[in-house]
Amino acid sequence: MSWLRRILRAGFVPFEAGLDKLVGPVWNPLNHLGALGFFFYWIVAVSGIYLYIFFDTGTTAAYLSVEYMTHQQWYAAGVMRSLHRYASDALVLFMVIHMAREFSLDRYRSARWFTWVTGVPIIWLVFAAGITGYWMVWDKLAHYVALVTSQWFDWLPIFSESIARNFINPDFIDNRFFTLLVFMHVILPLILLAVLWIHLQRVSRPQINPPRGLAIATFVMFVALSLVQPAMSQGPANLAEVPGTLKLDWFYLAFYPLFDIWSPGAIWGVAGVLTLLIVALPFMPPMKRLATAVVDLDNCNGCTRCVDDCPFAAITMVPRSDGKPYEREAVVNDKLCLSCGICAGACPTATPYRARSRKLVSGIELPGIPIAGLRDRIEALSEKLDGQNRVIVIGCDHGAKADTVSSTSVATVSLPCIGMLPPTFVDYILSRGLAEGVVLSGCTEGECYYRFGIEWTEARLAGERNPKLRTAVPRERIAKVWVGPGGNRALATAVRDFQAGLTPLPASKPATEGKPPPPPRKYEKAPDEAALEEKAGGDA
Amino acid sequence: MRKVRQMAALLVVLALFGVMLGYFTYRPSYTHFPDDKALIKISFITGGQRVGKCIRRTRAQLAKLPPHKRKVLICPRERYPIHLEVLVDGQPRNQATVRPAGLSSDGSSKFYRGLVVTPGRHVIVARLIDSGRTAGYDFETRKEIALTPRQHFIIDFQRDRGGFIFR
Repeated sequence: MSWLRRILRAGFVPFEAGLDKLVGPVWNPLNHLGALGFFFYWIVAVSGIYLYIFFDTGTTAAYLSVEYMTHQQWYAAGVMRSLHRYASDALVLFMVIHMAREFSLDRYRSARWFTWVTGVPIIWLVFAAGITGYWMVWDKLAHYVALVTSQWFDWLPIFSESIARNFINPDFIDNRFFTLLVFMHVILPLILLAVLWIHLQRVSRPQINPPRGLAIATFVMFVALSLVQPAMSQGPANLAEVPGTLKLDWFYLAFYPLFDIWSPGAIWGVAGVLTLLIVALPFMPPMKRLATAVVDLDNCNGCTRCVDDCPFAAITMVPRSDGKPYEREAVVNDKLCLSCGICAGACPTATPYRARSRKLVSGIELPGIPIAGLRDRIEALSEKLDGQNRVIVIGCDHGAKADTVSSTSVATVSLPCIGMLPPTFVDYILSRGLAEGVVLSGCTEGECYYRFGIEWTEARLAGERNPKLRTAVPRERIAKVWVGPGGNRALATAVRDFQAGLTPLPASKPATEGKPPPPPRKYEKAPDEAALEEKAGGDA
Repeated sequence: MRKVRQMAALLVVLALFGVMLGYFTYRPSYTHFPDDKALIKISFITGGQRVGKCIRRTRAQLAKLPPHKRKVLICPRERYPIHLEVLVDGQPRNQATVRPAGLSSDGSSKFYRGLVVTPGRHVIVARLIDSGRTAGYDFETRKEIALTPRQHFIIDFQRDRGGFIFR
């Protein structure tokens, strides 16, 4: 499936980059597809409640009541009808794009399978809710939709009577049918809401509201469209006539023309196979998983920072089991953990300043990329650096490739997510004179592969979120480059520009030609180190 | 200033999106059924006659049975399939035999077929066999009809109303 992901990704990248440039990452609709879907759902729900007040059930009353809303009360119910329709259409479109994009970004496998699979019934429910809505208008399009849909369901060997028979003669249909339709059109969106809730169960801090500016702009667009092109009926349904030429809503009914070509059984087959295929995608093949995060109780003081920062609700706090004088301890659910390492970045004990006399192990970390190993690697890389403006680039595996900017004066380290980097490492690099500057690189802003890597990193550096970067650390020696996987060139440019503006560290001796870089200074404890050691049971 | 520029750009992007949304919500139009044709729809559900005859139990036989099983008339469940023929202007346009539904073949036979014809006058003949007979028909109706463009003409069947009903 990687070839398909690559093709889709190639299609998305120019749009994402273009929109990021035009409207900025915060208002880029592609960065908020799920949240916008929710927003559209609420527009549909609120407008639907208003329309329900004026809707009459009955073979002639239904159409007449909709006509009344459209023409006599065009300024309120008419606009509501249009909003109902256009927000529904946008919901379908955004749902499909959301699914395709998550697939292209490979954000559907591993522990994310649950969110992906629970999205499949959402597709069916959105279409079912929308299509029953078309029936309610009881115009020519409704007649067509009723005929085709019922013929499709009649193929299933579960109905003793033909449903389609109700729609071929005016004598065969009665007013109770519309009562059933109203019930369906209300209950299906409610079920949809319940499934949406399940869909988000394994997502920590799900974004269900788009940024205010984007929401307002989108709503204005819907209102403008409703006024310019109000939703209209297509003449009353006449069951004595076969529906002829129709204005189809291609968002909901794009596959309806297939019923004129294929048999209902064939379409059930295609729909069934497609559904099963989408369900099976996370396991075709399953993602190779890194070892999941591990809690080291000797270093865990139950501070809950890892729980707060985990984007996938994979960590919980439970009563202490080792007799240490703390109330709780962190526990990782391997099934939910995506091995992003953000928890290690949040852990107060994951600091390179810790004493060398004991093995550096943080309260929580990835076994494959231990904090001690990261410290050793950065120190080793620093020793090989040469030049006046040495830079250490710490990148993420899902952003621009950090190693593409390696040189004699630029060392690179790549982590699963930039959120895995405890801010004390930046402090350590600069205060120990390991480099004159640090570049942090990751996914595109607002589009972190692990959801919160960039957001948490920014907040930690700004001193707004624990663990905070000390205020004494010179911010001008830190550069952040959020350019995503297609941004190798942008990263190279940013690193070059950053290097050009760097001055030698005042506290460290810059490496001179022909001489090796100075050895690291004697390790000191950072100001809050002693307190941390106390908190972590004297071992931190 | 940057925010204002970005909001202006966002409104332009959303306007383009709105144009796309407005277009595909109604366009392009689709012709499900042409204006120069009419449709004869055969639509009914009926059960064939029972394959075996019903047996009436004697009083002596009933007395031997437990009270809750004392049913006087015992009828075999299986029904004959329904054979249907429809001729339009003397030409056979539909011939079908539909088996009764159910594992014991004791349910109804369901028909839902459409015949596309040109509008105008036509002679329709509908024939049905529900008794398994090999010669002749149990029901036969002949009617001359005039169809208008896109008319939905129904051939229904209700045994208790005498057989075929043309609507």
